[in-house]
Amino acid sequence: MLRHLLNPMDLSVEETADLLALAGKMEANPSEYAHICDGKKLATLFYEPSTRTRLSFEAAMLNMGGSVLGFSSADSSSASKGESVADTIRVISSYADICAMRHPKEGAPLVAATHSLIPVINAGDGGHQHPTQTLTDLSTIYHLKGRLDSLTIGLCGDLKFGRTVHSLMTAMSRYANVRFVLISPPELKIPSYVRESVLERNNIPYTEVVSLEQALPQLDILYMTRVQRERFFNEEEYIRMKDSYILDRAKMALAPEDMFVLHPLPRVNEISVEVDSDPRAAYFRQARYGVYVRMALIATLLEVKVC
Amino acid sequence: MLNISGLTEGIVLDHIPAGKSMEIYRYMGLDKLDVQVAIIKNARSSKMGKKDIIKIEGGLDNIDLDVLGFVDHNITVNVIKNEKIIEKKKLSLPAKLTNVIKCRNPRCISQIEQELPQVFFLADEENEVYRCKYCEEKYRR
Repeated sequence: MLRHLLNPMDLSVEETADLLALAGKMEANPSEYAHICDGKKLATLFYEPSTRTRLSFEAAMLNMGGSVLGFSSADSSSASKGESVADTIRVISSYADICAMRHPKEGAPLVAATHSLIPVINAGDGGHQHPTQTLTDLSTIYHLKGRLDSLTIGLCGDLKFGRTVHSLMTAMSRYANVRFVLISPPELKIPSYVRESVLERNNIPYTEVVSLEQALPQLDILYMTRVQRERFFNEEEYIRMKDSYILDRAKMALAPEDMFVLHPLPRVNEISVEVDSDPRAAYFRQARYGVYVRMALIATLLEVKVC
Repeated sequence: MLNISGLTEGIVLDHIPAGKSMEIYRYMGLDKLDVQVAIIKNARSSKMGKKDIIKIEGGLDNIDLDVLGFVDHNITVNVIKNEKIIEKKKLSLPAKLTNVIKCRNPRCISQIEQELPQVFFLADEENEVYRCKYCEEKYRR
């Protein structure tokens, strides 16, 4: 049966566990999976540039012996001539076996999936969904902590507009004994619809704090995001708050020895480079887990035989 | 007192909140029907004080009950035959709405994709929340 991945919640808890387990096996024995996609093609349809995500998908397919084709901006695609998403995917269905679509318009991958003859993976649609980022985050947490339940997760920075944060909270709400510590300036607290539809509906315990230092000692995972200047009401407030959300060596000294720091990247200045050498800094490993979980996803959607 | 003659065969939409009849007229596309339609505004009502009523000549196939359910599911729908009410239809919030309302999110694919139907689904029945199928943005009435 033709399956797509448009929303992280399209996957059940069991299916997610299977994907993470397969990603782990692929990481442990890459050579065993080096030819499982021989002769298969991945189309990367990127209507807006996102080099990191596109290269992660391409690396995933190449690691399994497959090949890649596609475009990396709308200017270099037929969209610039006015072609609809529906027509593009009908054509691409004849060229490739699977596709990853990035589109600035929300819901574009759903439109593509409706008309596609090949699996469609949503590689980010505007501010809507980015399921492979969520899978990357879940995979990183699972492989570093050995579990997805019984965790205290600190989410720090821009919790109001941060799509990755909302998706991660939604995905983690399905696991037992998870609690969140939401660390942000008052202007950037999580929106009420996330509080109601994710936290309160699922009875997830959470606390909201302004101080990162205060939160750090209790965390298993710290998920950092960037606090952008333009999100603040005034410049003085930004200048007053900005350093509070920069993770440095002094703040890391307050964190448990077995806590890990994640970040969806790109980082700007919210994590000081002096933290990079700390064994708890996991954000570059996270990018690596992202490739393996995309490999597992592609192999699963293509229904190729894996050991 | 204004008198409008009874219907031999048709539909009477009763208990429409006063002032809402023209909205219903537009949503249901009654302007496109080649049948007699009477709109009565601000009729006296013991239950509501004032109410609007719409009378439509012809059978039920002229109207989309889903659209009516979306606009206001408390409206009474009386089916008339031989000048008598033969059926009262109960309205509910439809699970899905196609090409009734438009997504206003400028970032939604439905703003640019050619001939894409506008589809909304009922996301929260208690609070009567509809969301766009594509971008999941809440529809604000």
